[in-house]
Amino acid sequence: MSGLGLGDLAFYIVAAVTIISAVGVAFSPNIVYCAFSLLGTFMGVAGLYVFLAADFVAVIQVLIYVGGILVLMIFAVMLTHRIADVRISNRSVGRLPALIIVACVAGVMAKAVLGTGWHSIAPGTPSPSTYAIGNGFLGDYILPFELASVVLLAALIGAVVLSRKELKEE
Amino acid sequence: MSIGLAHYLIVSLILFALGLYCVLTRRNAIGILMGVELILNSANVNYLAFSRFSSGQYDGQVFAIFVIMLAAAEAAIGLAIVLGIYQTFQTIDVEATETLRG
Repeated sequence: MSGLGLGDLAFYIVAAVTIISAVGVAFSPNIVYCAFSLLGTFMGVAGLYVFLAADFVAVIQVLIYVGGILVLMIFAVMLTHRIADVRISNRSVGRLPALIIVACVAGVMAKAVLGTGWHSIAPGTPSPSTYAIGNGFLGDYILPFELASVVLLAALIGAVVLSRKELKEE
Repeated sequence: MSIGLAHYLIVSLILFALGLYCVLTRRNAIGILMGVELILNSANVNYLAFSRFSSGQYDGQVFAIFVIMLAAAEAAIGLAIVLGIYQTFQTIDVEATETLRG
């Protein structure tokens, strides 16, 4: 097929949304705008997952990143700034050295990406992946899966302990 | 030219670079956490791209789910620490929290 197909066009639109939102996260002077740009990035990445035939991971991305982590971050932004403080500070320092470092790292990585002959196969037709992922979790990856539940429990208890108010005994 | 592995790797590279810039320049602790989330997302895009274009198996998707799970745990702990810092220092500017500097 020559020219720009509809699927290709959709990919470029989703990728553009992702990257423009990420630019907003990295450069916006207002932390609240950053948080809402992060929403666009997460949704765009979920769209990329759909293009990569990872339907289950895309739904998980929306559920956990957008529904969980982003809400948590916006809560934290609101809790750690006085609401009356209109101009919420989001200082950036050392822009020039950071730009140089990032340019060097990105240059090396771009050279690696474009210069390596990646082993590639013809992608198969997209099919529902939930069954295979479930089999993986309870088959080959049973130990990491069980460890993950322990990690999540520890994180849950740790977050509660860290953020509670100390109750002093009389 | 149809969409291939290199397209996804480039998108992921740009996300990583922006996340790294965010981590390096922000002095707001929550802004730094946002940069970390960008980096984790770019790693996930890589996992899924290689899973689709290089292996054809589902291992990459399983790993991506583990990464998302760890990101959730990291965000919960990180934001709890940020709230603790705010209660102690009345600010979350990371340059104000230099009590341990020698």
